[in-house]
Amino acid sequence: MSEKIMVKGTEAIGEAAIRAGCRIYFGYPITPQSELTEYMARRLPQVGGVFLQAESEVATVNMMYGASSVGKRVMTSTSSPGFSLMQEGISYMACAELPAVFVNVVRGGPGLGDIQPSQGDYFQATKGGGHGDYRLLVLSPSTLQEAVELTILAFDLADKYRNPVLILADGMLGQMMEPVSFPDPIDPSKIPDHSDWALTGAKGRPPRKVTSFNIDPYGLEKMNRRIQEKYERMKKEEVRYEEFMMEDADVVIVAHGTVGRIVKSVVKLAREEGIKAGLFRPITLFPFPYDRLSEVSERAKLVFTVEMSSGQMWEDVKLAVKGKVETPFYGRMAGVVPTPVEILENLKKYLRR
Amino acid sequence: MNFVITHKMPESLSKREFTYCPGCHHGIVHRLVAEIIDELNIREKTIIVAPVGCAVFAYEFFDIDGTVAPHGRAPAVATGMKRARPDLVIFTYQGDGDLAAIGTAEMVHAANRGERITTIFINNAVYGMTGGQMAPTTLLGMKTTTSPYGRTPEREGYPIHVCEMLKEMKGVAFLARTKVTSPKDVMTTKKYIKKAFLAQINNIGFGLVEILSTCPTNWGLSPVEAQKWIDENMVKEFPLGVFVDKVGDV
Repeated sequence: MSEKIMVKGTEAIGEAAIRAGCRIYFGYPITPQSELTEYMARRLPQVGGVFLQAESEVATVNMMYGASSVGKRVMTSTSSPGFSLMQEGISYMACAELPAVFVNVVRGGPGLGDIQPSQGDYFQATKGGGHGDYRLLVLSPSTLQEAVELTILAFDLADKYRNPVLILADGMLGQMMEPVSFPDPIDPSKIPDHSDWALTGAKGRPPRKVTSFNIDPYGLEKMNRRIQEKYERMKKEEVRYEEFMMEDADVVIVAHGTVGRIVKSVVKLAREEGIKAGLFRPITLFPFPYDRLSEVSERAKLVFTVEMSSGQMWEDVKLAVKGKVETPFYGRMAGVVPTPVEILENLKKYLRR
Repeated sequence: MNFVITHKMPESLSKREFTYCPGCHHGIVHRLVAEIIDELNIREKTIIVAPVGCAVFAYEFFDIDGTVAPHGRAPAVATGMKRARPDLVIFTYQGDGDLAAIGTAEMVHAANRGERITTIFINNAVYGMTGGQMAPTTLLGMKTTTSPYGRTPEREGYPIHVCEMLKEMKGVAFLARTKVTSPKDVMTTKKYIKKAFLAQINNIGFGLVEILSTCPTNWGLSPVEAQKWIDENMVKEFPLGVFVDKVGDV
């Protein structure tokens, strides 16, 4: 671990990727994450890596498909409209079982939207996003230190499951500065070379085909079953969450990412007023921590969801709580970041009822 | 009596039977590409990026590693492969809809960057796999299922000329348009394909060969008539020749 240094969120993620052994980055500029693209443009040549600015996000994701299919760690970063453009390619990669790391620094939408922080891409991130039955493994950091750790984890999980992994950040995490300590770069010999499946040339072995294609529905269903089994395995092995002051909490506030961070202040403010609030913060949005949230809701009188969206994660919260207690929601959209006081006032409305 | 084998199946072709229609030129072009891969002794390090379209199964017909790109994106997929593994030989195999309509941006930018990849471009003036719709290269007056009254400049615009467009790009190292309707044309095409691969292997730049090809099924012609149709009609719209050659004598 290095000493703590002040870095911007986008650059923290970029440096973490380099330390995770990522040597290939394709990307296209888009606010509010262009600093990450610029960081990789500066940094990758210094470590013998490949940086290429693609002609579009559509080209970007397909370049990633190419680099991943020959067995290399590869990443991109983008923001909401750019991530929408990548969906077709991500669907292909999920079906072809190609590992890769995507960073979506989410901004206000829909449409061209704005360039302020948002969590409005939750459905797209966690429910598939493109066509067909597939999922991404989705990680939601709430601090830059956590963003560093999750970026490194993202590469390992992508390789472990041969599936695209998404770091769902937002404009606030991307643009803020915070002290961060970076782990030492990983030993390159520990990076899987994927020589068991990658396209490396048919030398001394039969030719390999890496595709998302099978014209026979029974064959394609078999491929589907295989990737679905992976998602089931993720649900068993990869669920991550944080509980903050939850030991005695009877008011559970559910929030992820930037809002999770804000809600820590809400919890403290609430406790000053005698409200026994606690934060339940999903770190993996897929797989979502349904079971643990269901458990903690047993002893709660209220499970309050706060998001920078119209209530997209709220649907998963309700699936977890299964109507056992009231599950109100408060959200801001379009790039408006809620304040702790604002959230607390809205929480209190439901407590008074 | 002694027999001498002068013609055999290229090693770089798989044993899979082609699924193409009778009279279709994909088979001839596949064979030529395989012969060149054999000749250059690159079978063990060559990867095919197949398109979406009739050649979607092309990766099955070559005895080499391969993948299928999303529609139009083969040059981007190939770029990703080549940038990650410059020691490999990467080629895309694309039709006119894939390359010159939905994938125009990827094609133009890969060519302009001078990506060390090779593209085999089949131009048959029609969308084959989806059943004969208008392509960007459909000739004026030509009737297709989506230009049932014949293509007009006013309604559908003009046929797009890929080689003429790409020849201005400095990253292009070899660029030619050809056909395979006669043995002489076949030999010329084979030479061009070799140069398009050498443009990559010798690290000169991007190489592309456009092959005017038949689609008897969707043109509603017999295989023989379809061959004649290329010689009499397509060649007028799409003149043959070498547009860029930085590879030199081979």
